[in-house]
Amino acid sequence: MAKKHLTSEDIIHIAKLGNLTLNDKEVEMFKKQLSSVIDYIDKLQEVDTKKIEPSSQITGLTDVFREDKVNEERTLPQDKALANTKSKANGLFKVKAILTE
Amino acid sequence: MDKKYQPIIGMEVHVELKTASKMFCSCKNDPFHAGKPNVYTCPVCLGLPGALPVANKKAIEWTIKLGLALGCKINSLSKFDRKHYFYPDLPKGYQISQYDLPFCYQGKVETPLGLVGITRVHLEEDTGKLIHQEVDGQNVSLIDFNRSSVPLVEIVTEPEIYSAAQAKEYAKKLRQIVRYLDISDADMEKGGMRLEANISLLNVDSQMTNDKPISNLKLPNYKVELKNINSFRFLERGIEYEIERQKEILEKGETPIQETRGFNAEKNRTYSQRTKEEAADYRYFPDPDLPPINIDSKWLGEITKSNPVDFDLRLKSWQEEYRLKPELVELLFETASDADRLDEMFATATKEKLSVEKLVNAMVHKKIKTIAEFKKLTSVDEVSDEFLLDIIKKVLLANPKAVVDYKAGKTNVINFLVGMVMREAKKKIEFNRLVGLIKKSLA
Repeated sequence: MAKKHLTSEDIIHIAKLGNLTLNDKEVEMFKKQLSSVIDYIDKLQEVDTKKIEPSSQITGLTDVFREDKVNEERTLPQDKALANTKSKANGLFKVKAILTE
Repeated sequence: MDKKYQPIIGMEVHVELKTASKMFCSCKNDPFHAGKPNVYTCPVCLGLPGALPVANKKAIEWTIKLGLALGCKINSLSKFDRKHYFYPDLPKGYQISQYDLPFCYQGKVETPLGLVGITRVHLEEDTGKLIHQEVDGQNVSLIDFNRSSVPLVEIVTEPEIYSAAQAKEYAKKLRQIVRYLDISDADMEKGGMRLEANISLLNVDSQMTNDKPISNLKLPNYKVELKNINSFRFLERGIEYEIERQKEILEKGETPIQETRGFNAEKNRTYSQRTKEEAADYRYFPDPDLPPINIDSKWLGEITKSNPVDFDLRLKSWQEEYRLKPELVELLFETASDADRLDEMFATATKEKLSVEKLVNAMVHKKIKTIAEFKKLTSVDEVSDEFLLDIIKKVLLANPKAVVDYKAGKTNVINFLVGMVMREAKKKIEFNRLVGLIKKSLA
């Protein structure tokens, strides 16, 4: 039994952020599963990190830049750019209409 | 405006930098002249899996340049973060932006209607362009990724703008500075510069404020975001409309809904675009693909050195040295190099004992470009009084009605006579000299 208890609202919110639609059964299922995942991650809290600096980088690299130069060899021609989609029109990617006034 | 409600406005302005290449890849940055859609793309700016972004050094330097010009402090350690949301113009599902360590913070912009504090200036990437149209009888949205990942600077102000007019002045000034630094065309019609205003009304009466400055008052508990404005005039009109709309709601004892609104220029009103039901949850986190950036004193020194003379200082020194009105002389230049050329011209004119004030007037009103043209314009031909008096006699004889009118007190007619004499003489003669001679002849 999970110690963390995510609510149905939590699950629906998380699903929305992930652009997923879930049915009621799935909401119940993920409520249990995600709660236990969080429990598992909580194990990390047992590690003593008092003397460790927070880090978002593991490569140790800093200050990696490129010069402001165009490299046409890296640019894809239009047909290549659109090669992986079936949904296209006149050289553009096509999606369902986004509502605007 | 009645003082019961004080408009409180904060602005967010986006400016596309005109670097040669994009922000995180080496694709060409020229979305407005591409000719065809989706011809300047690659795995990075299309958000294909496994692509690795690498930051454009010049775009970072230009952002810091702008920050310095706005009197900002510069973070010595900065980084890029991912801002997550779903929209078809954002192929990765996140935008690379900056969250808690923007390149620049705490600056200010001087406007004719008061100082505006700058909260932050940060660098991010632009999105693709959406085109809404009908294809095969269906309403669809089409996407062009030529603009995807073009470097985009966002300038955020404190909620310290107190009128629609000041918002317009602020935006204009910001565009002037950006163009002066020559880092962006800031073309509003094309979307190279985009304006957003957060507007709310403060009920001043309710806060007993006689001697408190506005900045010490508690801010309203709502704000309305006005978006997608592509001209200074629409910004002003949109804010004016919002102020009236919100006032009506507040007068009814209600609170305006927290939402995003657009401005319809034809109907001259704002309209609801999106209601913000919940706080946006962008799940910002540091982009692991982009290592942190140190802006050490050496690099900062180089950028500082490359910055031109401060825009305001330049206008001020011209005003002091040559009595040039800022609103006049600012019509004559955009970039700092333009201003340098003017500086040289003013120095030359001064050396040749010409009036810089008159030179600037002629440049603005008569469209002359060089000192040589100015000299030609202001030079007068050498003619004797006798020669002129002869012509005046002829002109007076040929225009008896003008003479009668003048004697009857219609002294304006003298301008007509001066014109006639100049035409007859086919020479350039000082206006006042002719007036004197004609008056003498009429006496």
